[in-house]
Amino acid sequence: MSTSARYWREIPQRYRLEAGKCSGCGAIWFPPRLVCKECGKREFEVVNLPDRGKVQTFTVIRVPPSEFCDQAPYALGVIELENGVLLQCQIADCSPDELSVGMPVRIEFRKIKEEGEAGIICYGYKAVPVRE
Amino acid sequence: MAGIVGYGAYAPRYRIKVEEIAKVWGTDAESYKRGLRLEEKSVPGLDQDVITMSVEAARNALKRARIDPKKIGAVYIGSESHPYAVKPSGTVVGEAIGATPDVHCADFEFACKAGTEGMFVALGLIEAGKMEYALAIGADTSQGAPSDALEYSTAAGAAAFIFGTKDVIAEVTHTFSYMTDTPDFWRREYMHYPRHAGRFTGAPAYFKHIKGAAKAIMEISGKKPEDFAHVVFHQPNGKFPTTVGKQLGFKPQQLETGLLCPRLGNTYSGSSPMGLTAVLDVAKPGEEILMVSYGSGAGSDAFIYRITEKITEVQGLAPKTTDYLDRNKVYIDYGTYAKLRKKIRMGE
Ligand SMILES: [Zn+2]
Repeated sequence: MSTSARYWREIPQRYRLEAGKCSGCGAIWFPPRLVCKECGKREFEVVNLPDRGKVQTFTVIRVPPSEFCDQAPYALGVIELENGVLLQCQIADCSPDELSVGMPVRIEFRKIKEEGEAGIICYGYKAVPVRE
Repeated sequence: MAGIVGYGAYAPRYRIKVEEIAKVWGTDAESYKRGLRLEEKSVPGLDQDVITMSVEAARNALKRARIDPKKIGAVYIGSESHPYAVKPSGTVVGEAIGATPDVHCADFEFACKAGTEGMFVALGLIEAGKMEYALAIGADTSQGAPSDALEYSTAAGAAAFIFGTKDVIAEVTHTFSYMTDTPDFWRREYMHYPRHAGRFTGAPAYFKHIKGAAKAIMEISGKKPEDFAHVVFHQPNGKFPTTVGKQLGFKPQQLETGLLCPRLGNTYSGSSPMGLTAVLDVAKPGEEILMVSYGSGAGSDAFIYRITEKITEVQGLAPKTTDYLDRNKVYIDYGTYAKLRKKIRMGE
Protein backbone atom coordinates (compact mmCIF):
# COMPACT_ATOMS: atom_id res chain seq x y z
CA MET A 1 0.00 0.00 0.00
CA SER A 2 1.38 3.41 -0.88
CA THR A 3 2.18 5.97 1.80
CA SER A 4 -0.61 8.22 0.50
CA ALA A 5 -3.25 5.53 1.00
CA ARG A 6 -2.05 4.70 4.50
CA TYR A 7 -1.90 8.40 5.39
CA TRP A 8 -5.47 8.85 4.14
CA ARG A 9 -6.74 5.87 6.17
CA GLU A 10 -5.24 7.33 9.37
CA ILE A 11 -6.71 10.84 8.93
CA PRO A 12 -9.19 10.60 11.87
CA GLN A 13 -6.28 9.87 14.23
CA ARG A 14 -3.70 12.15 12.62
CA TYR A 15 -5.98 15.19 12.27
CA ARG A 16 -8.53 14.89 15.06
CA LEU A 17 -6.90 12.56 17.62
CA GLU A 18 -9.89 10.23 17.45
CA ALA A 19 -9.57 7.48 20.03
CA GLY A 20 -11.80 4.53 20.94
CA LYS A 21 -13.46 4.51 24.37
CA CYS A 22 -14.52 1.04 25.49
CA SER A 23 -18.24 0.83 26.23
CA GLY A 24 -17.53 -1.93 28.76
CA CYS A 25 -14.78 -0.61 31.03
CA GLY A 26 -14.24 2.94 29.78
CA ALA A 27 -10.61 2.40 28.77
CA ILE A 28 -9.46 4.78 26.01
CA TRP A 29 -7.29 3.37 23.21
CA PHE A 30 -5.20 5.42 20.82
CA PRO A 31 -4.94 4.38 18.10
CA PRO A 32 -8.35 2.70 18.40
CA ARG A 33 -8.47 -1.10 18.81
CA LEU A 34 -10.95 -3.69 17.60
CA VAL A 35 -10.97 -5.55 20.94
CA CYS A 36 -10.48 -3.92 24.35
CA LYS A 37 -7.24 -5.15 25.90
CA GLU A 38 -8.67 -4.60 29.39
CA CYS A 39 -12.07 -6.31 29.21
CA GLY A 40 -12.35 -7.93 25.77
CA LYS A 41 -15.41 -5.94 24.61
CA ARG A 42 -15.73 -4.95 20.97
CA GLU A 43 -17.88 -1.81 21.25
CA PHE A 44 -16.24 1.59 21.29
CA GLU A 45 -17.35 5.21 21.30
CA VAL A 46 -15.27 7.70 19.29
CA VAL A 47 -13.74 10.37 21.54
CA ASN A 48 -11.31 13.19 20.73
CA LEU A 49 -8.22 13.29 22.92
CA PRO A 50 -7.51 16.49 24.91
CA ASP A 51 -4.98 18.96 23.46
CA ARG A 52 -3.01 19.47 26.68
CA GLY A 53 -0.54 17.24 28.45
CA LYS A 54 3.02 16.95 29.71
CA VAL A 55 6.25 15.39 28.53
CA GLN A 56 6.67 11.92 30.06
CA THR A 57 9.91 11.11 28.28
CA PHE A 58 11.78 12.21 25.16
CA THR A 59 14.74 11.44 22.96
CA VAL A 60 16.70 13.74 20.64
CA ILE A 61 17.20 12.76 17.02
CA ARG A 62 20.46 14.15 15.66
CA VAL A 63 20.91 11.93 12.59
CA PRO A 64 17.41 11.67 11.12
CA PRO A 65 16.05 9.96 8.01
CA SER A 66 16.79 12.11 4.94
CA GLU A 67 13.26 13.60 4.69
CA PHE A 68 13.61 15.13 8.18
CA CYS A 69 17.24 16.28 7.93
CA ASP A 70 16.37 19.98 7.72
CA GLN A 71 14.71 19.74 11.14
CA ALA A 72 17.60 18.10 13.05
CA PRO A 73 18.21 18.08 15.91
CA TYR A 74 14.62 17.48 16.97
CA ALA A 75 12.88 15.70 19.81
CA LEU A 76 10.51 12.75 19.79
CA GLY A 77 8.53 12.41 22.97
CA VAL A 78 5.88 10.45 24.80
CA ILE A 79 3.20 12.88 25.95
CA GLU A 80 0.88 12.08 28.84
CA LEU A 81 -2.36 13.81 27.93
CA GLU A 82 -4.70 15.29 30.55
CA ASN A 83 -6.83 12.12 30.52
CA GLY A 84 -3.82 9.86 31.02
CA VAL A 85 -3.60 8.61 27.42
CA LEU A 86 -0.04 8.39 26.10
CA LEU A 87 0.78 9.87 22.73
CA GLN A 88 4.05 9.51 20.87
CA CYS A 89 4.97 12.43 18.63
CA GLN A 90 7.54 15.04 17.68
CA ILE A 91 8.02 17.98 20.04
CA ALA A 92 8.27 21.08 17.85
CA ASP A 93 9.01 24.80 18.32
CA CYS A 94 11.87 24.23 20.73
CA SER A 95 15.54 23.40 20.83
CA PRO A 96 16.16 20.02 22.50
CA ASP A 97 18.10 21.60 25.38
CA GLU A 98 14.97 23.47 26.52
CA LEU A 99 13.10 20.22 27.11
CA SER A 100 12.50 18.54 30.43
CA VAL A 101 10.35 15.70 31.75
CA GLY A 102 7.07 17.06 33.12
CA MET A 103 7.11 20.10 30.84
CA PRO A 104 3.56 21.20 29.88
CA VAL A 105 2.77 20.91 26.17
CA ARG A 106 -0.10 21.63 23.82
CA ILE A 107 -0.95 19.55 20.77
CA GLU A 108 -0.86 21.54 17.53
CA PHE A 109 -1.63 20.72 13.91
CA ARG A 110 1.61 20.64 11.92
CA LYS A 111 3.10 19.48 8.68
CA ILE A 112 4.73 16.08 9.29
CA LYS A 113 6.44 15.58 5.93
CA GLU A 114 6.20 16.13 2.21
CA GLU A 115 6.37 13.19 -0.16
CA GLY A 116 8.97 14.99 -2.26
CA GLU A 117 8.48 18.19 -4.25
CA ALA A 118 5.57 16.79 -6.25
CA GLY A 119 3.94 14.43 -3.74
CA ILE A 120 1.26 14.96 -1.14
CA ILE A 121 1.84 16.92 2.06
CA CYS A 122 1.23 14.85 5.20
CA TYR A 123 -0.24 16.66 8.20
CA GLY A 124 -0.72 15.56 11.77
CA TYR A 125 -0.16 16.36 15.43
CA LYS A 126 2.94 17.55 17.26
CA ALA A 127 3.47 18.71 20.81
CA VAL A 128 4.71 22.25 21.42
CA PRO A 129 5.90 23.60 24.78
CA VAL A 130 3.44 25.83 26.65
CA ARG A 131 5.39 28.84 27.85
CA GLU A 132 2.79 30.88 29.71
CA MET B 1 -29.20 39.41 12.73
CA ALA B 2 -26.32 37.45 11.16
CA GLY B 3 -22.80 37.99 12.39
CA ILE B 4 -19.73 36.46 13.98
CA VAL B 5 -20.37 33.75 16.59
CA GLY B 6 -16.74 32.74 17.13
CA TYR B 7 -13.30 34.01 16.14
CA GLY B 8 -9.68 32.97 16.58
CA ALA B 9 -6.18 33.86 15.46
CA TYR B 10 -2.83 32.15 15.14
CA ALA B 11 0.73 33.35 14.54
CA PRO B 12 3.95 31.30 14.55
CA ARG B 13 6.56 32.02 17.25
CA TYR B 14 9.53 32.96 15.07
CA ARG B 15 10.38 36.64 14.51
CA ILE B 16 13.00 38.46 12.50
CA LYS B 17 13.84 42.10 13.14
CA VAL B 18 14.01 44.68 10.38
CA GLU B 19 17.64 45.40 11.42
CA GLU B 20 18.61 41.77 10.74
CA ILE B 21 17.26 41.92 7.16
CA ALA B 22 18.73 45.38 6.53
CA LYS B 23 22.15 44.17 7.71
CA VAL B 24 22.24 41.51 4.99
CA TRP B 25 21.26 43.83 2.14
CA GLY B 26 23.14 46.92 3.30
CA THR B 27 20.03 49.06 3.61
CA ASP B 28 19.07 51.56 6.27
CA ALA B 29 16.91 49.84 8.90
CA GLU B 30 15.82 53.20 10.31
CA SER B 31 14.14 54.14 7.05
CA TYR B 32 11.92 51.05 7.31
CA LYS B 33 11.31 51.58 11.01
CA ARG B 34 10.50 55.27 10.82
CA GLY B 35 9.28 55.52 7.24
CA LEU B 36 7.08 52.42 7.15
CA ARG B 37 6.63 51.76 10.89
CA LEU B 38 7.97 48.21 10.70
CA GLU B 39 9.84 46.67 13.65
CA GLU B 40 9.76 42.89 13.19
CA LYS B 41 7.75 40.21 11.41
CA SER B 42 6.58 36.67 12.05
CA VAL B 43 8.16 33.72 10.23
CA PRO B 44 6.56 30.27 9.95
CA GLY B 45 8.43 27.19 11.16
CA LEU B 46 9.45 24.48 8.68
CA ASP B 47 6.35 22.49 9.66
CA GLN B 48 3.88 25.38 9.35
CA ASP B 49 1.91 26.61 6.36
CA VAL B 50 -1.48 28.12 5.53
CA ILE B 51 -3.23 24.85 6.33
CA THR B 52 -1.67 24.32 9.77
CA MET B 53 -2.19 27.94 10.86
CA SER B 54 -5.78 27.88 9.54
CA VAL B 55 -6.54 24.76 11.59
CA GLU B 56 -5.21 26.39 14.77
CA ALA B 57 -7.13 29.64 14.15
CA ALA B 58 -10.30 27.67 13.35
CA ARG B 59 -9.94 25.57 16.52
CA ASN B 60 -9.71 28.81 18.53
CA ALA B 61 -12.84 30.09 16.77
CA LEU B 62 -14.63 26.83 17.60
CA LYS B 63 -13.65 27.12 21.28
CA ARG B 64 -15.34 30.53 21.34
CA ALA B 65 -18.37 29.57 19.24
CA ARG B 66 -19.01 26.45 21.37
CA ILE B 67 -20.80 24.72 18.49
CA ASP B 68 -20.73 21.24 16.99
CA PRO B 69 -18.35 21.49 14.00
CA LYS B 70 -20.70 19.18 12.05
CA LYS B 71 -23.12 22.13 11.83
CA ILE B 72 -20.61 24.17 9.80
CA GLY B 73 -21.96 24.25 6.24
CA ALA B 74 -19.08 26.03 4.51
CA VAL B 75 -15.29 26.20 4.89
CA TYR B 76 -13.66 29.06 2.98
CA ILE B 77 -9.96 29.87 3.10
CA GLY B 78 -8.52 32.97 1.51
CA SER B 79 -4.78 33.00 0.84
CA GLU B 80 -2.15 33.74 -1.77
CA SER B 81 0.08 30.96 -0.37
CA HIS B 82 -2.13 27.87 -0.41
CA PRO B 83 0.27 24.89 -0.02
CA TYR B 84 -1.14 23.08 -3.06
CA ALA B 85 -1.56 24.61 -6.53
CA VAL B 86 -4.42 22.15 -7.05
CA LYS B 87 -6.21 20.75 -3.94
CA PRO B 88 -8.07 23.19 -1.72
CA SER B 89 -6.58 24.01 1.70
CA GLY B 90 -10.16 23.80 2.98
CA THR B 91 -10.24 20.03 2.41
CA VAL B 92 -7.58 19.44 5.05
CA VAL B 93 -8.85 22.17 7.38
CA GLY B 94 -12.48 21.00 7.17
CA GLU B 95 -11.39 17.44 7.95
CA ALA B 96 -9.13 18.51 10.84
CA ILE B 97 -11.86 20.47 12.61
CA GLY B 98 -14.49 17.75 12.05
CA ALA B 99 -16.75 19.66 9.62
CA THR B 100 -16.71 17.01 6.87
CA PRO B 101 -18.41 15.54 4.85
CA ASP B 102 -21.64 17.62 4.68
CA VAL B 103 -19.92 20.90 3.88
CA HIS B 104 -19.24 23.26 0.97
CA CYS B 105 -15.56 24.06 0.51
CA ALA B 106 -13.69 26.61 -1.60
CA ASP B 107 -10.35 28.39 -1.54
CA PHE B 108 -10.26 32.08 -2.37
CA GLU B 109 -7.48 34.15 -3.90
CA PHE B 110 -7.33 37.93 -4.21
CA ALA B 111 -3.89 39.03 -2.99
CA CYS B 112 -4.34 40.40 0.55
CA LYS B 113 -8.14 40.50 0.57
CA ALA B 114 -8.81 36.80 0.01
CA GLY B 115 -9.66 36.42 3.70
CA THR B 116 -12.41 39.05 3.71
CA GLU B 117 -13.74 37.61 0.43
CA GLY B 118 -14.39 34.35 2.25
CA MET B 119 -16.00 36.30 5.10
CA PHE B 120 -18.22 38.18 2.65
CA VAL B 121 -19.48 34.96 1.02
CA ALA B 122 -19.88 33.08 4.33
CA LEU B 123 -21.96 35.93 5.73
CA GLY B 124 -24.11 36.00 2.58
CA LEU B 125 -24.91 32.28 2.91
CA ILE B 126 -25.96 32.77 6.54
CA GLU B 127 -28.12 35.78 5.63
CA ALA B 128 -29.73 33.73 2.87
CA GLY B 129 -30.57 31.01 5.38
CA LYS B 130 -28.67 28.35 3.43
CA MET B 131 -26.86 26.95 6.48
CA GLU B 132 -26.56 27.29 10.23
CA TYR B 133 -22.86 28.19 10.42
CA ALA B 134 -20.15 29.12 7.91
CA LEU B 135 -16.40 29.32 8.55
CA ALA B 136 -14.14 31.84 6.79
CA ILE B 137 -10.39 32.06 7.25
CA GLY B 138 -7.73 34.49 6.03
CA ALA B 139 -4.20 33.06 6.21
CA ASP B 140 -0.85 33.51 4.52
CA THR B 141 2.82 32.64 4.67
CA SER B 142 3.68 35.33 2.18
CA GLN B 143 7.13 35.71 0.65
CA GLY B 144 8.99 38.73 -0.65
CA ALA B 145 11.94 38.29 -2.99
CA PRO B 146 15.29 38.57 -1.19
CA SER B 147 16.34 42.24 -0.87
CA ASP B 148 12.97 43.46 -2.21
CA ALA B 149 11.20 46.06 -0.06
CA LEU B 150 8.49 43.45 0.57
CA GLU B 151 10.96 41.21 2.38
CA TYR B 152 10.84 43.54 5.39
CA SER B 153 7.11 43.04 5.88
CA THR B 154 5.87 39.70 4.44
CA ALA B 155 4.77 37.63 7.40
CA ALA B 156 2.72 34.62 8.50
CA GLY B 157 -0.54 34.39 10.42
CA ALA B 158 -4.19 33.37 10.29
CA ALA B 159 -7.57 34.52 11.51
CA ALA B 160 -10.81 32.50 11.49
CA PHE B 161 -14.43 33.57 11.87
CA ILE B 162 -17.57 31.48 12.27
CA PHE B 163 -20.72 33.21 11.06
CA GLY B 164 -24.22 32.38 12.24
CA THR B 165 -27.43 33.85 13.63
CA LYS B 166 -27.55 32.34 17.16
CA ASP B 167 -25.51 33.79 20.04
CA VAL B 168 -23.90 36.36 17.75
CA ILE B 169 -21.04 38.29 19.35
CA ALA B 170 -20.57 40.84 16.53
CA GLU B 171 -23.50 41.60 14.23
CA VAL B 172 -22.59 42.59 10.68
CA THR B 173 -24.81 45.61 10.06
CA HIS B 174 -23.39 46.67 6.67
CA THR B 175 -21.01 45.45 3.98
CA PHE B 176 -19.63 47.10 0.87
CA SER B 177 -17.18 46.06 -1.85
CA TYR B 178 -15.16 48.26 -4.19
CA MET B 179 -13.08 46.83 -7.05
CA THR B 180 -11.26 47.93 -10.21
CA ASP B 181 -8.65 46.43 -12.53
CA THR B 182 -5.44 47.92 -11.13
CA PRO B 183 -2.15 46.06 -11.81
CA ASP B 184 -0.22 47.18 -8.71
CA PHE B 185 0.97 43.72 -7.57
CA TRP B 186 0.76 40.27 -9.15
CA ARG B 187 2.40 36.88 -9.46
CA ARG B 188 2.30 34.84 -12.66
CA GLU B 189 2.01 31.04 -12.72
CA TYR B 190 5.27 29.21 -11.76
CA MET B 191 6.85 32.40 -10.42
CA HIS B 192 8.12 32.01 -6.87
CA TYR B 193 7.94 35.66 -5.83
CA PRO B 194 5.36 38.33 -6.66
CA ARG B 195 6.11 41.52 -8.62
CA HIS B 196 4.87 44.95 -7.71
CA ALA B 197 4.72 48.35 -9.31
CA GLY B 198 6.67 50.23 -6.62
CA ARG B 199 5.09 53.53 -5.73
CA PHE B 200 2.09 52.74 -7.91
CA THR B 201 0.95 50.51 -5.01
CA GLY B 202 0.07 53.67 -3.03
CA ALA B 203 -2.32 56.37 -4.27
CA PRO B 204 -4.12 54.64 -7.20
CA ALA B 205 -4.16 51.28 -5.45
CA TYR B 206 -4.28 51.01 -1.63
CA PHE B 207 -5.54 54.52 -0.88
CA LYS B 208 -8.10 54.77 -3.66
CA HIS B 209 -9.75 51.44 -2.87
CA ILE B 210 -9.71 51.66 0.92
CA LYS B 211 -11.15 55.19 0.76
CA GLY B 212 -13.68 54.19 -1.91
CA ALA B 213 -15.01 51.35 0.25
CA ALA B 214 -14.81 53.22 3.58
CA LYS B 215 -16.58 56.35 2.31
CA ALA B 216 -19.33 54.33 0.64
CA ILE B 217 -20.06 52.13 3.65
CA MET B 218 -20.18 55.16 5.95
CA GLU B 219 -22.57 56.84 3.55
CA ILE B 220 -24.99 53.89 3.25
CA SER B 221 -24.91 53.31 7.02
CA GLY B 222 -25.15 57.00 7.90
CA LYS B 223 -22.08 56.67 10.16
CA LYS B 224 -19.29 59.13 10.78
CA PRO B 225 -15.69 58.29 11.77
CA GLU B 226 -16.36 59.25 15.40
CA ASP B 227 -19.14 56.63 15.65
CA PHE B 228 -16.60 53.79 15.63
CA ALA B 229 -14.75 52.60 18.74
CA HIS B 230 -12.21 50.83 16.52
CA VAL B 231 -11.25 50.84 12.86
CA VAL B 232 -9.12 48.20 11.13
CA PHE B 233 -7.54 48.73 7.72
CA HIS B 234 -5.36 46.39 5.69
CA GLN B 235 -1.78 46.74 6.90
CA PRO B 236 0.92 46.28 4.24
CA ASN B 237 3.12 48.30 6.62
CA GLY B 238 2.51 50.43 9.68
CA LYS B 239 2.35 53.70 7.77
CA PHE B 240 -0.34 53.19 5.09
CA PRO B 241 -3.22 52.42 7.51
CA THR B 242 -2.22 55.33 9.75
CA THR B 243 -2.19 57.69 6.75
CA VAL B 244 -5.46 56.48 5.25
CA GLY B 245 -7.10 56.66 8.68
CA LYS B 246 -6.04 60.27 9.05
CA GLN B 247 -7.26 61.12 5.54
CA LEU B 248 -10.67 59.60 6.35
CA GLY B 249 -10.98 61.54 9.60
CA PHE B 250 -10.12 58.84 12.19
CA LYS B 251 -8.01 59.47 15.28
CA PRO B 252 -4.87 57.35 15.89
CA GLN B 253 -6.47 55.82 19.04
CA GLN B 254 -9.24 54.30 16.90
CA LEU B 255 -6.63 52.36 14.88
CA GLU B 256 -4.30 51.41 17.72
CA THR B 257 -5.77 48.08 18.92
CA GLY B 258 -6.12 46.58 15.46
CA LEU B 259 -2.81 47.85 14.05
CA LEU B 260 -0.61 44.76 14.39
CA CYS B 261 1.73 45.27 11.44
CA PRO B 262 4.62 47.02 13.26
CA ARG B 263 5.24 43.93 15.43
CA LEU B 264 3.70 41.21 13.24
CA GLY B 265 4.40 42.23 9.64
CA ASN B 266 1.94 41.98 6.78
CA THR B 267 0.12 38.66 7.03
CA TYR B 268 -1.58 39.38 3.67
CA SER B 269 -4.98 37.61 3.69
CA GLY B 270 -4.66 37.43 7.48
CA SER B 271 -3.84 41.12 7.90
CA SER B 272 -7.08 43.03 8.53
CA PRO B 273 -8.79 39.81 9.79
CA MET B 274 -6.12 39.39 12.48
CA GLY B 275 -6.48 43.09 13.32
CA LEU B 276 -10.18 42.42 13.80
CA THR B 277 -9.49 39.48 16.17
CA ALA B 278 -7.27 41.74 18.30
CA VAL B 279 -10.13 44.26 18.47
CA LEU B 280 -12.73 41.58 19.31
CA ASP B 281 -10.47 40.44 22.19
CA VAL B 282 -11.09 43.75 23.97
CA ALA B 283 -14.34 45.04 22.40
CA LYS B 284 -17.26 46.01 24.64
CA PRO B 285 -20.98 45.49 24.07
CA GLY B 286 -22.54 48.25 21.97
CA GLU B 287 -19.29 49.30 20.29
CA GLU B 288 -19.16 49.61 16.53
CA ILE B 289 -16.17 48.59 14.43
CA LEU B 290 -15.24 49.43 10.85
CA MET B 291 -13.01 47.04 8.93
CA VAL B 292 -11.71 47.62 5.39
CA SER B 293 -9.47 45.11 3.66
CA TYR B 294 -7.38 45.69 0.56
CA GLY B 295 -6.19 43.25 -2.05
CA SER B 296 -3.95 44.22 -4.94
CA GLY B 297 -5.36 43.82 -8.36
CA ALA B 298 -7.38 45.60 -6.79
CA GLY B 299 -10.27 45.79 -4.37
CA SER B 300 -11.51 46.44 -0.85
CA ASP B 301 -14.23 44.79 1.26
CA ALA B 302 -15.72 46.86 4.06
CA PHE B 303 -17.72 45.61 7.06
CA ILE B 304 -19.42 47.34 9.97
CA TYR B 305 -19.78 45.24 13.13
CA ARG B 306 -21.87 45.96 16.20
CA ILE B 307 -20.70 44.16 19.33
CA THR B 308 -23.36 42.38 21.39
CA GLU B 309 -23.41 41.60 25.13
CA LYS B 310 -22.41 37.98 24.30
CA ILE B 311 -18.84 39.05 23.54
CA THR B 312 -17.71 39.02 27.16
CA GLU B 313 -18.63 35.33 27.52
CA VAL B 314 -16.30 34.19 24.73
CA GLN B 315 -13.27 36.51 24.81
CA GLY B 316 -11.43 34.35 27.37
CA LEU B 317 -12.26 30.94 25.86
CA ALA B 318 -9.22 30.79 23.56
CA PRO B 319 -5.79 32.46 23.35
CA LYS B 320 -5.91 36.18 22.54
CA THR B 321 -4.21 37.53 19.44
CA THR B 322 -1.73 39.53 21.52
CA ASP B 323 -0.79 36.27 23.33
CA TYR B 324 0.50 34.98 19.99
CA LEU B 325 2.25 38.28 19.30
CA ASP B 326 3.91 38.94 22.63
CA ARG B 327 4.39 35.63 24.47
CA ASN B 328 6.57 32.80 23.41
CA LYS B 329 8.31 34.57 20.53
CA VAL B 330 11.90 33.82 19.55
CA TYR B 331 14.18 35.90 17.32
CA ILE B 332 16.06 34.32 14.46
CA ASP B 333 18.96 35.50 12.32
CA TYR B 334 18.83 35.87 8.54
CA GLY B 335 20.51 32.49 7.99
CA THR B 336 17.82 30.68 9.96
CA TYR B 337 15.17 32.77 8.24
CA ALA B 338 16.55 31.79 4.82
CA LYS B 339 16.40 28.13 5.84
CA LEU B 340 12.87 28.34 7.27
CA ARG B 341 11.60 30.18 4.18
CA LYS B 342 13.44 27.74 1.88
CA LYS B 343 15.48 30.49 0.26
CA ILE B 344 18.56 28.26 0.13
CA ARG B 345 19.11 26.10 -2.93
CA MET B 346 19.86 22.56 -1.77
CA GLY B 347 21.97 19.87 -3.53
CA GLU B 348 20.25 16.88 -5.09
ZN1 LIG C 1 -12.89 -2.41 28.00
